[in-house]
Amino acid sequence: MTAQDATAAAQPEPIRLRGERRRWGEDVVKGILALCALVSVATTIGIIIALVEPSIEFFREVSIVDFFSGDRWAPLFTPASFGIQPLLVGTLVVTFWACVVCLPCGLGAAIYMSEYARPRVRNVLKPALETLAGIPTVVFGFFALTFFTPLLQDLGLGVNVFNVLAAGLVVGVMLIPVVASVSEDAMSAVPQELRDGAYALGSTRLQVSTRIVVPAAISGIIASYMLAISRAIGETMIVLIAAGGIAKITFDPREQSQTMTAFIGATGIGDIPTGSIEYKTIFAVGLTLFVITFAMNMLSIRLVRKFREIYE
Amino acid sequence: MVMSDMESAPAAPARIAGVDEKILAERAREAASTRRDVLFDVSRLTVSYADVPALKGVSLEIYKNFVTAFIGPSGCGKSTFIRCFNRMNDLIPSANVDGTILYHGIDLYGPEVDSVEVRKRIGMVFQKPNPFPKSIYDNVAFGPRVLGWKKDLDARVERALRHAALWDEVKNRLKASAYSLSGGQQQRLCIARCLAVEPDVLLMDEPASALDPISTTAIEDLMHELKREYTIVIVTHNMQQAARVADMTAFFSVEVDEEQDRRTGVLVEYDATPTIFTNPGDKRTEDYVTGRFG
Amino acid sequence: MSVTTESLGSRSHGDRVRGTAFYVLLLVSVTIGFLLLGVLLVDVIRKGIGYVDPTLLNEPNSSDPNKAGAGPAIRGTIYMMILLLVMVVPIGVGTALYLEEYANRERWYNRLLEINIQNLAAVPSIVYGILGLAFLVRGIGLGRVLLAGALILTLLVLPTVIVASREAIRAVPDSIRQGAYALGATQWQVVWRQVLPASIPGIATGSILALARAIGETAPLLLVGALTYVAVNPTLLGSYTALPVQIYQWIARPQEEFRVLAAAGIIVLLVILLTMNAFAIWLRNRYQRRW
Ligand SMILES: Nc1ncnc2c1ncn2[C@@H]1O[C@H](COP(=O)(O)OP(=O)(O)OP(=O)(O)O)[C@@H](O)[C@H]1O
Ligand SMILES: [Mg+2]
Repeated sequence: MTAQDATAAAQPEPIRLRGERRRWGEDVVKGILALCALVSVATTIGIIIALVEPSIEFFREVSIVDFFSGDRWAPLFTPASFGIQPLLVGTLVVTFWACVVCLPCGLGAAIYMSEYARPRVRNVLKPALETLAGIPTVVFGFFALTFFTPLLQDLGLGVNVFNVLAAGLVVGVMLIPVVASVSEDAMSAVPQELRDGAYALGSTRLQVSTRIVVPAAISGIIASYMLAISRAIGETMIVLIAAGGIAKITFDPREQSQTMTAFIGATGIGDIPTGSIEYKTIFAVGLTLFVITFAMNMLSIRLVRKFREIYE
Repeated sequence: MVMSDMESAPAAPARIAGVDEKILAERAREAASTRRDVLFDVSRLTVSYADVPALKGVSLEIYKNFVTAFIGPSGCGKSTFIRCFNRMNDLIPSANVDGTILYHGIDLYGPEVDSVEVRKRIGMVFQKPNPFPKSIYDNVAFGPRVLGWKKDLDARVERALRHAALWDEVKNRLKASAYSLSGGQQQRLCIARCLAVEPDVLLMDEPASALDPISTTAIEDLMHELKREYTIVIVTHNMQQAARVADMTAFFSVEVDEEQDRRTGVLVEYDATPTIFTNPGDKRTEDYVTGRFG
Repeated sequence: MSVTTESLGSRSHGDRVRGTAFYVLLLVSVTIGFLLLGVLLVDVIRKGIGYVDPTLLNEPNSSDPNKAGAGPAIRGTIYMMILLLVMVVPIGVGTALYLEEYANRERWYNRLLEINIQNLAAVPSIVYGILGLAFLVRGIGLGRVLLAGALILTLLVLPTVIVASREAIRAVPDSIRQGAYALGATQWQVVWRQVLPASIPGIATGSILALARAIGETAPLLLVGALTYVAVNPTLLGSYTALPVQIYQWIARPQEEFRVLAAAGIIVLLVILLTMNAFAIWLRNRYQRRW
């Protein structure tokens, strides 16, 4: 057998490296997946259109200056008044009391999980926190109204049946897992060598936690704070249930007060006519809410990215 | 088509510890008795990552039914080069390949060539065994299934496993997870997986570097078996291994450009394995194979 | 007396006190949430358990607290869960696959897409309600129907599903993809036969958690009309209500009996949600693969 024959036998058919046909299926699949991705883009665009269009109409009827400088919110009364300040103050006070709870406790929980807890404890804590984060807000609202407020009353704080304090504190409890999990992510990304170096110099765990880990993870922690504040501002059910329905400017947490979200919820429930000014207020307030939370979210996203860049 | 024009194996003593003269002599004899048919013809190949060349101006021929080894210091572009042969570099967005690789006379990077078709014919085994998270059977059957070869799947799987010298060890537990195998067995499974699609060429990027000596021997024996039917290209850091299995050896090195702080891989020397190891034509090769490098 | 031994043996008194105080503070931070959760559960169960009975599970709402139930609401929630599952999982996983397997990160629109999803995840849920009100209920005139509610919840938890799925997909090591490509598989074959099967446990866990979050949502549903009296089984294009909305309706009533009914409803809701959570966590621990 000659060498030529051997080659011929081994290579009976000519080599073809072209695709048998163009792989249309591959393109179709990619197209379908891209369409899925477009759903989220459409959602954002939809939200913006949904908010902006009626808001423009609203501001044709109500001057934007009156809207932001007015201190009386009474859209359903005659004469109607559209000063959003009471809603902003209500939101601010609720957010403040939520922060009093969730910022320190969330950070503390994060430090505990990342620096103190043994792996086994952590493996129990993380899902437990997840579960806490999964409790519906309507349940927290019920809790604030029927347990927390009476408790505060029993303590002799003289709180109203509907009050900002109970609502704010419970929102804070709800947000502990949010702060804890984002902060903990940031802390566990801090390289072990940094800690080892400090321990080698004889630092205590307290010093390593507060002087090494927290500063190193600071942008992640701030991001978690931003996120929590944004969530507090956007929380609806707890305040709708427990903080009352009267929009007024008060910084006394024992009083009732209405937030932006509670107003939207309370007004949106009713079957108000589409073209009416009441209907449009929902969107004007919603737009204000969206812009505020959007700004905070973007800041938070930025900080998280910055953090990732440093350590990854 | 070039008939063997192998330079007679030099009688110079082996100068590297651990590389047996007898092995080299055997390599030389084998090479001399095999004809050289060009399978791949690489010319002026340059590969860049994000416009920084990692490998520059490589030209060589790879012969059918030979085992060809690429050796050289870390970072000289061996993996980069071997990935060009089945267009795995296409999967790295920043990678760019210039120059030509002719395979059976067809340019692998020609406009009409489909990388999927290329990979069907030119299989690849990786440094770390990478079995799929499936059963042993499903690992081997994956390739045929993807190609739509549904007929006689069992027989095909068995044949591939036998070819890879793994059949006897796994025939009673084909449904077990591939992760239940030892590292060496996993690597042979990966070879079997490639063989199941009946490729022409097997590319192996340091196939034994993550394995123990016994598994390494098993893989090397396997290569001897397989080269009767397949063309094998292997990257290795182990010079004894190159001497034991390879007919041809290419030595790559790094050229450092101090000014631009760039390190570019180049092909220094390509020749029959005995020549590379006993009588290299380039000082850099000699330094490397005698262990004086770096 | 040796100074060295002493300083090695114990830290200064101040250090120890501070360390302990800090540790106690941390423990308080961690436990306060669970403590409240415990109190909440006990409180709710104490108040409501007596009302968890066939009437609650089957009967429609009524102005007589003793006859009122959450039957249609529970069924509405279950139907919505099914609709959600059918809509959110394919779209979420599809998006995740696009971003992880197909999208070129260098391109501005893909980066924008990622930021967009991160941002959507933090948009207040009531804003989704506004979206539903403007587009679904009024805009295209779908009205206050079950489908509108399910669509809004889909959009609401879509980012969560996407993020969880991306994580699961990213956890599949590249060597698996390379191995499959090297055998001549096309991109979709690699994705469909290797990447997706390997990431299913993670995707399932994330999807269940997201679903649990969705069916506990109340605020957006208020705006898309779930707060109505429904006597019959909800239909896709009919009026509907959901369990959390029913609970809210009861809470909002001044009479004490309805508060108790609300507590009973909460027990049912929590049982459903905690079961889902536990299942998701079990799934994760059972099938989590460390590559
Ligand atoms: N995906 C990539 N992106 C960017 N640069 C890369 C990539 N892969 C390899 N390189 C660069 O190309 C050069 C050659 O790398 P390659 O992996 O081919 O070397 P090698 O010879 O296989 O090394 P080793 O022996 O360590 O495996 C290196 O400088 C490396 O940094
Ligand atoms: Mg390499």
